[in-house]
Amino acid sequence: MSATMTEEPAAGTVVQRSPFALTIRRFRRDRASLVALVFIGFLVIFAACAPLIETAMGHSPIEQYRDTGLSDMGLPVAPNVEFPLGTDHLGRDVLVRLAYGARVSLLVGVFASLAASLIGLVVGVVAGYVGGAIDMVLSRVMDLVMSVPFLLCALALVSVFGPSLELSVSVIVFFSWTTVGRVIRAEVSSLRRREFIEASRSLGAGPLSIMIRDILPNLSVPILIYTTMMIPSSVVFEATLSFLGLGIVPPTPSWGGMLADAAGNSIYLVAWWLVIFPGTALLLTTLAFNILGDGLRDALDPRSAPARISRFKKKSRQAGRG
Amino acid sequence: MSNFLAKRLLFSASVLFALSLFVFLLFYIAPGDPARVIAGDKATELQLVQIRSNLGLDRPIYEQYLQFVGKALQGDLGFSYRSQQPVAKLIVTRIPATVSLVIGGVIFWLLIGIPIGIMSARDPGGWRDRLGQTIILVGLSFPTFVLGMLSLYVFYFLPRQAGFTLFPPGGYAPFLKDPLIWAWHLVLPWTTLALVTAAIYARLTRGNLLQVMGEDYIRTARAKGLSERAVLLRHGLRSTLTPLVTQLGADIAFLLGGAIVIEQIYGLQGVGALAVQAVQNQDRPIIIGVVMLGGLFIVITNIVVDLLYAVLDPRIRH
Amino acid sequence: MPVLEVRNLTINLPTEDGIVQAARDVSFEVEQGEFFGIAGESGSGKSVLTQAIMGLLPNAEMTGEIRFQGVDLLTRTPSQIREIRGAKIGMIFQDPLSSLNPYYTIGSQITEMIHTHERVSRLVAKRRAIEMLERVGISNAASRFDSYPHQFSGGMRQRVMIAMAVVLGPPLLIADEPTTALDVTVQQQIISLINEMRRERGTTVVMITHDLALLASVADHVMVMYAGQRMEIGRSEALFAEPAHPYTAGLLKSSPAHYTPGSALVPIPGRPPSLIDLPAGCAFRARCADAREPCTRSPPLRLFDDGTQSLCWLEAAPQREMPAQPTITVPADTEKTHIRPARVIEALDVRLTYHFGGFFKASHSLDVLKGIDLELYKGETLGLVGESGCGKSTFARVLAGLIPATSGSVTFEGHDLSTLTHRQWREMRKRVQLVFQDPFGSLNPRRRVSSIIGEPLRIHGIGSGSDRKRAVQGLMETVGLNPEHYNRFPAEFSGGQRQRIGIARALALHPELIIFDEPVSALDVSIQAQVLNLMRQLQTDLNLTYLFISHDLAVVRHVCDHIAVMKNGRIVELADAESIYTNPQDPYTRELIAASFHEPRGGTTGKRRLVTAHAEGIA
Repeated sequence: MSATMTEEPAAGTVVQRSPFALTIRRFRRDRASLVALVFIGFLVIFAACAPLIETAMGHSPIEQYRDTGLSDMGLPVAPNVEFPLGTDHLGRDVLVRLAYGARVSLLVGVFASLAASLIGLVVGVVAGYVGGAIDMVLSRVMDLVMSVPFLLCALALVSVFGPSLELSVSVIVFFSWTTVGRVIRAEVSSLRRREFIEASRSLGAGPLSIMIRDILPNLSVPILIYTTMMIPSSVVFEATLSFLGLGIVPPTPSWGGMLADAAGNSIYLVAWWLVIFPGTALLLTTLAFNILGDGLRDALDPRSAPARISRFKKKSRQAGRG
Repeated sequence: MSNFLAKRLLFSASVLFALSLFVFLLFYIAPGDPARVIAGDKATELQLVQIRSNLGLDRPIYEQYLQFVGKALQGDLGFSYRSQQPVAKLIVTRIPATVSLVIGGVIFWLLIGIPIGIMSARDPGGWRDRLGQTIILVGLSFPTFVLGMLSLYVFYFLPRQAGFTLFPPGGYAPFLKDPLIWAWHLVLPWTTLALVTAAIYARLTRGNLLQVMGEDYIRTARAKGLSERAVLLRHGLRSTLTPLVTQLGADIAFLLGGAIVIEQIYGLQGVGALAVQAVQNQDRPIIIGVVMLGGLFIVITNIVVDLLYAVLDPRIRH
Repeated sequence: MPVLEVRNLTINLPTEDGIVQAARDVSFEVEQGEFFGIAGESGSGKSVLTQAIMGLLPNAEMTGEIRFQGVDLLTRTPSQIREIRGAKIGMIFQDPLSSLNPYYTIGSQITEMIHTHERVSRLVAKRRAIEMLERVGISNAASRFDSYPHQFSGGMRQRVMIAMAVVLGPPLLIADEPTTALDVTVQQQIISLINEMRRERGTTVVMITHDLALLASVADHVMVMYAGQRMEIGRSEALFAEPAHPYTAGLLKSSPAHYTPGSALVPIPGRPPSLIDLPAGCAFRARCADAREPCTRSPPLRLFDDGTQSLCWLEAAPQREMPAQPTITVPADTEKTHIRPARVIEALDVRLTYHFGGFFKASHSLDVLKGIDLELYKGETLGLVGESGCGKSTFARVLAGLIPATSGSVTFEGHDLSTLTHRQWREMRKRVQLVFQDPFGSLNPRRRVSSIIGEPLRIHGIGSGSDRKRAVQGLMETVGLNPEHYNRFPAEFSGGQRQRIGIARALALHPELIIFDEPVSALDVSIQAQVLNLMRQLQTDLNLTYLFISHDLAVVRHVCDHIAVMKNGRIVELADAESIYTNPQDPYTRELIAASFHEPRGGTTGKRRLVTAHAEGIA
């Protein structure tokens, strides 16, 4: 081999960090995301241990403890030794209900987001990669779904089929997949124009092989970010449906339903724990997932985050000899 | 440009069509007999047949659909099963409350959201950005009804316990009677609506501004010797108007169709509250009517947004 | 007094990965009315330097002096610098499309400049803007005043930028790569316009470019930067005729314009160091052919009697080994014409038309290719030259069978492409390979190099497991990559190395024809020469046929046997490389040639003498 064909020597001694190591490094510096992650971990344990909490407290989530759980005037009991988080208007244990409600919120949030992501991914990849008339039809369908008043449609659906967990999840999925679908479509149609796709095509790779081997790996970041960010909105969506009496059927506990019970007859005005505990749980859950989503985006997709260099300010301006 | 508008009009029409088909089919395939809802449990078979024939329920599905569309186009949405009043009239009486809520909400959330977004974007990574981002995250995470309940507790219940009335617990007072009382009733709903929505606008403003401020033409503007303020306001914000208008259009359209949660919490007798009551009463014509009204608002705001696009973006105009 | 005087300027930019030493101890002076050129490869710190002068680096730590008209800009407050920006120092940027605000008319963007610095009525400002637009060659300036940037072509937009930059008559104009984003023929017009502005108004011009040759014909003084340092500065004639620094000499030697076509280029090996972790001693040491023991220490500054300064340990200027200017030789390869090699590809009257249309607009069509005939023989290199949008890349894809022609025929190794079965088409994929322009875009960022180079083997089911791994490592060695790096991701390689990866992938299936689509236009000159040499070597070793697409006639002339000049979907001239160059027939060809070869200004200096050499004060 001639001298001109030797490889360019590695420059300097700067360590070329792998993208993965860089991501971990950026993420670990993001303390808010770590806290959010820990919180989500505890929440999962809390939800998973709901039956244990039930046994420990000796209270079923749906049973009404009219003797111990209601005051003489029939009002809910404030937090005490027997009911650490108090009771609701029917004398049920708020703590146990909160734990079971966490299950509903997490299950609906995670499952609906995953399903919506999957649908969005498939539609987005097909629309973006195939293009042409198929793209036009799929894009218009996405526009259509996005411009439909989803809460109204949910109302209409519930009025016909009656409230249920399955219907809630379906409604959430149906009105959420378009976000991912649009993002993925845009991403794919710009990826499709990249030269490495043309390279694969010119090598004789078929469309399916290109979609799976070339395009899919490049979508992992937006999928992860958008699925994470969809979880909090699904949780709120479910809670809103339950709050309006359109979601989880009572007496099954759900956070939205608990808040609806509290709002009914304005009972929460005299029993603050009925709104503070489920309200805080709901807020912290969505907040944690939102922080996590933001943190993931900053760590995985540094282009979208501002460079944090303002910590270094101009220190010296004196015209010194270097 | 006319080409662009024609396309958008066609799309808007298809939204209405899809919605009308959706609600119609939904209620056609739905279990339950409307005639029985109207006539009550004690009705005889003959009465039921009569009611069905009056409502056209015995005719083929496509005829029923065409009849439904034809009437809807003339503003006739049928009669409420419960009160027997025309649906259109019922809805119209509810519109002032909803519109009042939305107008104030929009102004509030724009006034809160955009400045927070600007503040955040002017100092990327700095303390103002972190503050802005924290506000945005909390705002995005706050479920509307939780915030509504909390603000009622703090601004209505606590003062009342202390012996005075700071804000009313809800309800709607007509604007024409007394604008002050009208506004007083709406302050809490407005702020609740604005606070949860402003976060979206702050985030949108921040994200777009940060992106725009990295553009080459911003560097050109700085090279001209413009002050940082002028660069931001004249060159930076100008480009973020388009995404803001898009979002605003979608939000207004969505809320005009019924700000369901807020109306529910504050007892505002708006369109959304009507829809919730209709669901509880199984009053289908009202539900259909509200959904169609929502669709109509979407179409109208779509058209307005598209016209604004053309005004805002010279590349579409030409 | 010089208009601009930079003294010992050091710029440090804090980033996430560490402190980037964008400039180290840079000094230069620009005299009134001068055309001053700053040249350097990417990462040499040349653009940062201009942004520092304009005060556009709020986060940088800077020491030294930047004296503009005697005033040190580094001691000024931001608002004082703002008064200078635009009014006293005008600036032109690389990409005229993104540098103009798409939401405002060009007229209002120019009057904004006037209103920022002067209190004049809107009418006066408008009149001045229109005058200026007329001056820079915008016809119907008064009616174009209210047009938006997207309604202009690239060259016209750059004229608007120039009008904006000089409308206030600034004493200094900084042009940062003003022609890089433009077509070659337009480049020359823009440089001329800048030069005219300088003569007419006495404006001092500082132009930054990666293309040293571009400065040859216009610059009075040239500064060559490398790794944030000033390697050489001197009068233009002296610098081009007799470069004092080995790096300058190396840059000039890397450019194919200075070679007899077909000869091996002498590239600068290796690549520039990272500005975060600069080596001690001479920054260029690792790539310098003349490097010796003292180079591990900071080099001294050498002054020559003709004013040239060089940062180097070399006692005298390096031996001038510039190859002779290309001599005109009549191709003497009579052998070739004797035994005509096999025909690889033949295109007959190839046409391509795109149809647009829909419900709302009247359907219209766009002719991309308007009847092209072409033949390519085994072992040959055919160059396809033309400006962006002429259809050359599209035509290459038609030849490769990736886009079907609307009419006409393409025959590859005896098969008409339009009659290929799917199986035959897949077989053809093995015979024709493409190498792309963008070394970043053409490799999948999420896949390892081993799977990128092994992809063609996988697709066509050749070999498996360790066989394939061995094949991939062999290919990496062939193209000059370290086979041990087969497990890395593309992001861990430099631009030149990535282009080698792309070539290795193209070689994997032992193709007959390789289509190179602007393979070196995204690379720095020194790296460009490395890749061109590799291509040449491979062609000889493996008896390959090349189709070489480029906008750069100098590069094409260097590597090609025949050249086809394309314009607006047609081939306007097709001949062997030398006759195109020496005897162009079509006026467009002549224009291209004029734009691609920059004759240095006349007047060579005599023998220069070293005056002094003092050691630098930097550690």
